[in-house]
Amino acid sequence: MKRLNISRNTRSNFATYAMVIIVFLVLQILGQGGMLSSTLKGQLVPICAYVVMALSLNLTVGVLGELSLGHAGFMSVGAFAGTVAAVSLQASIPSAGVRLLVALIVGAACAALAGFLIGIPVLRLNGDYLAIVTLAFGEIIKSIVNNLYIGMDGGGLHARFLNNTMTLGEGGRMILNGPMGIPGITKISTFTAGFLLILVALFIIFNLVNSRSGRAIMAVRDNRIAAESVGISITKYKMMAFVISAALAGAAGALFAQGQTTVIATKFDFNTSILILVFVVLGGLGRMWGSIIAAAALTILPEALRQFSEYRMLVYAIVLILVMLATNNPQIRGFFTRLSKWIKDLLLLRFRAARKLAGETDQKGGGEQ
Amino acid sequence: MSQTNRPATKLVPVPSKNMIPERDADKSPILECQHLGIDFGGLTAVNEFTMAIGRTEITGLIGPNGAGKTTVFNLLTKVYQPTRGTILLDGVDTHNMNTVQVNKAGIARTFQNIRLFSNLSVEDNVKLGLHNHIKYGALSGVLRLPGYWREEKIAHKRAMELLSIFHMEDLAGAKAGSLPYGAQRRLEIVRALATNPSLLLLDEPAAGMNPSETAELMENIVKIRDTFQIAVLLIEHDMSLVMGICEGICVLNFGQIIAKGTPEEIQNNPEVIKAYLGSGKEE
Repeated sequence: MKRLNISRNTRSNFATYAMVIIVFLVLQILGQGGMLSSTLKGQLVPICAYVVMALSLNLTVGVLGELSLGHAGFMSVGAFAGTVAAVSLQASIPSAGVRLLVALIVGAACAALAGFLIGIPVLRLNGDYLAIVTLAFGEIIKSIVNNLYIGMDGGGLHARFLNNTMTLGEGGRMILNGPMGIPGITKISTFTAGFLLILVALFIIFNLVNSRSGRAIMAVRDNRIAAESVGISITKYKMMAFVISAALAGAAGALFAQGQTTVIATKFDFNTSILILVFVVLGGLGRMWGSIIAAAALTILPEALRQFSEYRMLVYAIVLILVMLATNNPQIRGFFTRLSKWIKDLLLLRFRAARKLAGETDQKGGGEQ
Repeated sequence: MSQTNRPATKLVPVPSKNMIPERDADKSPILECQHLGIDFGGLTAVNEFTMAIGRTEITGLIGPNGAGKTTVFNLLTKVYQPTRGTILLDGVDTHNMNTVQVNKAGIARTFQNIRLFSNLSVEDNVKLGLHNHIKYGALSGVLRLPGYWREEKIAHKRAMELLSIFHMEDLAGAKAGSLPYGAQRRLEIVRALATNPSLLLLDEPAAGMNPSETAELMENIVKIRDTFQIAVLLIEHDMSLVMGICEGICVLNFGQIIAKGTPEEIQNNPEVIKAYLGSGKEE
């Protein structure tokens, strides 16, 4: 019974890895063959970024059991920090891949720091305070970036807040220009980089969940009082989950921004936070493969619905409602359970038949000798 | 009812005049409460709670509903901070400790309304009890460094050993929330034991159990005490259990201790009979 359970868990994790890898390979092959529409091609990097965002938020909402309503804020921190790093290092690091890696790490680190600072007061409290504070955090970050000016010249980076009084030296250029955001980004994010980031995010989350710390995080979610009674520090594990989640969101933000020509702060607003929460809820709390599918499908959907022109968002909403109704309908759920059981039986049957056949040939082989 | 045939334990006083079993008297008590009390606003929930528990003693805490028994547990585990008095755990004042530190110092508990990590497996519940004895960090866990494999292997083995006390090894993979009621109560005890306590607090361990399950539980509590050489303080309404295995008993009523002593003394104490059955006179 125990073996079965552990292997079921691991199997589901491996299935998720396999799903991501297979989809990546198929899309790569289709892309090589020129069978992908240019719209979808343009969407690949944002899809990867949103998938990582959904995974990251699922760690906070599904595994830790806390609500974050400002996850786009962390994405924003990662996007701008990462982009400033990438743009300013353009001369010193010629390799685009290395530069992207540096951008991702800088984005993740800055977002993790932001998560840590928010976490210090908020994660000591119980209840919905995290939701309230992260909601405010998203808005605050938007305002800060809208009023932040960063420029670079021979003397290094210069920053001004509220108004741009900077005089840059010779050869200097503005990187972040307040409400104008960062224009003219060199697109260095690739689909492969996004795919690797998804794998890294999955690796971190799965391994964390199946370890001592992950158990403690889920214990805090399941029963706070009992967790304390067995000597588990609530604040420490809440903080750990939240900071990791923020770091992943930061990396996703950096990836997203390096795939755009321009990033502006208003892109990462409350609507984006809610959109990511929708991915997580629709995909299922704590279910990583669900988040991946939901994030990918719902990022493509608005593009795919372009033919409905102004009714696009209406159709989008209807699709969302239908999916939610369908996933909560016991009959439809029962149907899918039966279907998956049927497929499993079929596979098992074929597997057994194959083994039997192999066994018979073995015996025959043995008999001849 | 099945009462274990055990020799009557003689209680002897410690320097603070509290009584502990004679066999533990050569060592200081594991727990001593002095004039412990807590007020909730104007309501005094527990007052002048003074008692000692020997290192291998099984002590009963009984009293009518609302007498403040669970509040005493919550004071001992620092869910509430006492308003008055001191708690000495193995001679150390727990005044500045919180729930987590008290557990690390050696008090583990179960809950009246079961509090398991119901979405996690039985084995994971026990491993969470072992949490502070598993020595590897989050980084080893994420990167699957050798420490992770070594410690998880030890933890798995230890968890299975602990589950075997109640013959629950077969249930290790099951979801804790899906266990039947009795098994959930037993799992809570195993989880508490996993933290390696020197004092185990059991809050109504036999609640909802039938007589044969209760008899088995009694044997197991004694077995746990004998194997781990720890003290047990239990709250229970089932008198066959309390009178059967407890060596010292403490009776609470309206937050005050009304009687302390051996089971025989308690059974014949007029105050206790009055608290449980009424005085027989119109008041």
